[in-house]
Amino acid sequence: MTTITPSVTTPDNTGAVTVVGRPKPPAWWVGLGVLSLFAAAVPLVYLVVRVGELPFQGILDILARPRVGQLLWNTVGLGFAVSVTAVVMGVLIAIALTRAEFTVNRFWLVASALPLAVPSYLASYGWLVVWPSLSGFWPSFILLTAVTVPYVALPVAARMRGLAGDHEKVARTLGLGPIAAFYRSTWPQLRPAALAGGLLVFLYTISDFGLVAMLRFQTLTWGINAAYSAAFDRSQAAVLALLLVVLALIAVLGERRARAVTDVSRGRSKHLGPPLAPAYRRVLLTVVALPPMIGVVVPLAGMSVRLFRADTIRQVDVARLAEATGWTVLVALLAAVAAVLLALPIAALAARFRTGTARLLESAAYLSHGLPGIVVGLSLVFLGIRLVPALYQTTILLVFAYAVLFMSKALGTTRSAIEGVSPDLIRVARSLGQSAFGAWRRVTLPLAMPGIAIGALLVAIATMKELPATLLLRPTGMNTLATELWTRTVILEYGAAAPYAAVLVAVAAIPAMLLSGIRAEKEVQR
Amino acid sequence: MPRLLTRPLVALATASLMALAGCAAADQPALAPAPAPTPEEGSAEAIEGTPESDGFLVVYSGRNEALVQPLIDIFTEQTGIEVEVRYGNTGEMAALLLEEGDATQAGVFLSQDAGALGALTKAGLFVTLPDDISGAVAQGFTSTDGSWVGVTGRARVLVYDTEEVAEDELPKTSNEIVSPEWSGQVGFAPTNASFQSAVTAYRVMEGEGAAESWLTALKTNNAQIYENNGAILEAVESGQLTMGLTNHYYWYRMVAERGIENVNSRLFFPEAGDPSAIVNVTGVGILSPAQLDQDAYDFVRFMISADAQNYFVQETSEYPLVAGIAAPEGLPSLESLLSPTLDLSDLDDLAATQELLQRVGLL
Repeated sequence: MTTITPSVTTPDNTGAVTVVGRPKPPAWWVGLGVLSLFAAAVPLVYLVVRVGELPFQGILDILARPRVGQLLWNTVGLGFAVSVTAVVMGVLIAIALTRAEFTVNRFWLVASALPLAVPSYLASYGWLVVWPSLSGFWPSFILLTAVTVPYVALPVAARMRGLAGDHEKVARTLGLGPIAAFYRSTWPQLRPAALAGGLLVFLYTISDFGLVAMLRFQTLTWGINAAYSAAFDRSQAAVLALLLVVLALIAVLGERRARAVTDVSRGRSKHLGPPLAPAYRRVLLTVVALPPMIGVVVPLAGMSVRLFRADTIRQVDVARLAEATGWTVLVALLAAVAAVLLALPIAALAARFRTGTARLLESAAYLSHGLPGIVVGLSLVFLGIRLVPALYQTTILLVFAYAVLFMSKALGTTRSAIEGVSPDLIRVARSLGQSAFGAWRRVTLPLAMPGIAIGALLVAIATMKELPATLLLRPTGMNTLATELWTRTVILEYGAAAPYAAVLVAVAAIPAMLLSGIRAEKEVQR
Repeated sequence: MPRLLTRPLVALATASLMALAGCAAADQPALAPAPAPTPEEGSAEAIEGTPESDGFLVVYSGRNEALVQPLIDIFTEQTGIEVEVRYGNTGEMAALLLEEGDATQAGVFLSQDAGALGALTKAGLFVTLPDDISGAVAQGFTSTDGSWVGVTGRARVLVYDTEEVAEDELPKTSNEIVSPEWSGQVGFAPTNASFQSAVTAYRVMEGEGAAESWLTALKTNNAQIYENNGAILEAVESGQLTMGLTNHYYWYRMVAERGIENVNSRLFFPEAGDPSAIVNVTGVGILSPAQLDQDAYDFVRFMISADAQNYFVQETSEYPLVAGIAAPEGLPSLESLLSPTLDLSDLDDLAATQELLQRVGLL
């Protein structure tokens, strides 16, 4: 490694450019991170206020209910099962997409990203049309896995494209079998991306309400919803929601523990690793085909069946559909930018400094992301109407809510993108007279931009599909595709709902396709 | 290139601004407007003054847009008052109003069920309505203290799959519903307010012990839990369930959407006087910050006018609650569903019902 020692070339060295040792981040940087964290912590403030209204004994009474134990058990079981399965499948899919060289590889690339575009409530609804008796743990587990597996498969595939397969080939020549060689040489380099994806899957699963409600598998989000809208007991809802925060905390710490820091050996070669045996390819093709089949094809088929059976398909109000589409795209773009801006200071800290402060900030930023939309929505109602009444029920507060809800989706990708920028390059920039900030702006940011964009696209997709917080915080009279869909399905007008469902999936499919890595693949082929 | 490069800078500045807002939120609760004096239990304290109109009203509606927006358009046409409506689920709208408290922009809350109205009454968020409004609806179908007024009624019914069971074999009472014969074949929605009212009726009419054993029987008889009435109807319609406990008008919506010849299910009205056959009401109340807003009073009066009541009869197949308006065709009369032993105003104790449901393990 050629090293340009910063102290020699840059007299005003602040230490912000090096990852060697344990330098302390500059105060302004930590300050920015702390501010971001405050935004992410809005829901927690609200929950603590609400739980604080209860006497200690009251909290214990709620927690001691056998029902709560059951909900917690269901939530943990589902979250664990879905995230572990998604990690295993996601890695297999990533291997298939980058190494199996299927004849229609680009088709499979896009297909693997598409489950992201289907809202979980729509996936479960479509399945119920086809198979009405579905209910309970197994269907919830299978469907949630299908719609969340791209959170693992996409970043892992992206990481694999950036890896040289040389180590694995060397391992094979030294006598290891194909699986052992992969596990020993390539897996350690994929693990951070796979685990970060797994964490997102876990948080998605424990915070999902629409799918588990439809499939009648009662998790904590079901209990929270019942506490708000049946018992009108906000304190009880807050206690259950804090249980989700604790689960998120455990998951974040678990991921941190399992994610070891590795030096990635970068490179590009046309053949990524050794070619796969035909038997492996067949198995992998099945694994690749399953999520799009379960998460996209069957649900959409189910919805079309309902569409053609409906006798009173109303004249589609094109103007209204277009307006809802416009709002959906607009808030999704704004939310993507806002979430990235919130995530950036924390992600950059976590990437560049391995200090306790940086770690604490990063972990804490994830805590409120196991919460369902209704809790985050109400927390912003609670604080928004008191602190910024002028912004209440405006697009600004709505977009801020999306950013708070979905910032975690941008955090991991942004962090690893910044980690991937070589400190040497920054040292060079500093030696050429750039200030610390100038080097960051002209070197780190442009190089990390593709990774940051991945996070932004994930946020945009999630925003398009979001319903409960949107219902609470949208400007009165504003409709998104998700709220329009809800308006119609809640009174069983599935025929009238179908165009909105179709447009929602189609619009969300655009960022999903951008995420699929189809462009990166093109470059490799060139 | 310089323009491209300044963009991240602006972005960063914006980020810190937004984060600052969050910081203020967490650090300086003192910035919040001074809380209004705590209202008494029941209705908000009256403020001196005569209500005035500004020709603009915000309504929070727990009732569906497709069902009530046409009616609200008629109101605007008749009065010239512009109405802005926020739609959501009744329970979530109530939670929203509880969080907003006295800072709410809403003048009127249109609710799908009495329980949500009761929760807002308890929080002191409703104005006591003038007598001409609260007296328009018969006792038992409206609030006892004039904090809200009933608008329409929905009967609890059994929806059943005609391919699975004949009408004369159906259970006629709550107790027949939990007979082992129907094990695993009955659907219900424990979080649904209408179902909870039916359980409350059971408690009031048969006693706490009997209600608990009925719920336990329902559970041990493997009755199927659904999220809401729509899901129950859907399950019966698709042949998944033999029958389900639901409200009468959902079925009419489905028939309107699909056509009667494409619908396998039918409605069955259990024995009058049985808790499974009670009538629930929807209602409307005025929020306390709007107590001097004439538009809010006009809106509520409109909801109990002949025009609005007839609209609900025709468009949503609900029971009108104001005297002199005929019930929808093909439905038993509201009077025939009335239980001689039950006063609907006794059904406001949803909290105890929910505790019972929790104890039995259904909530």
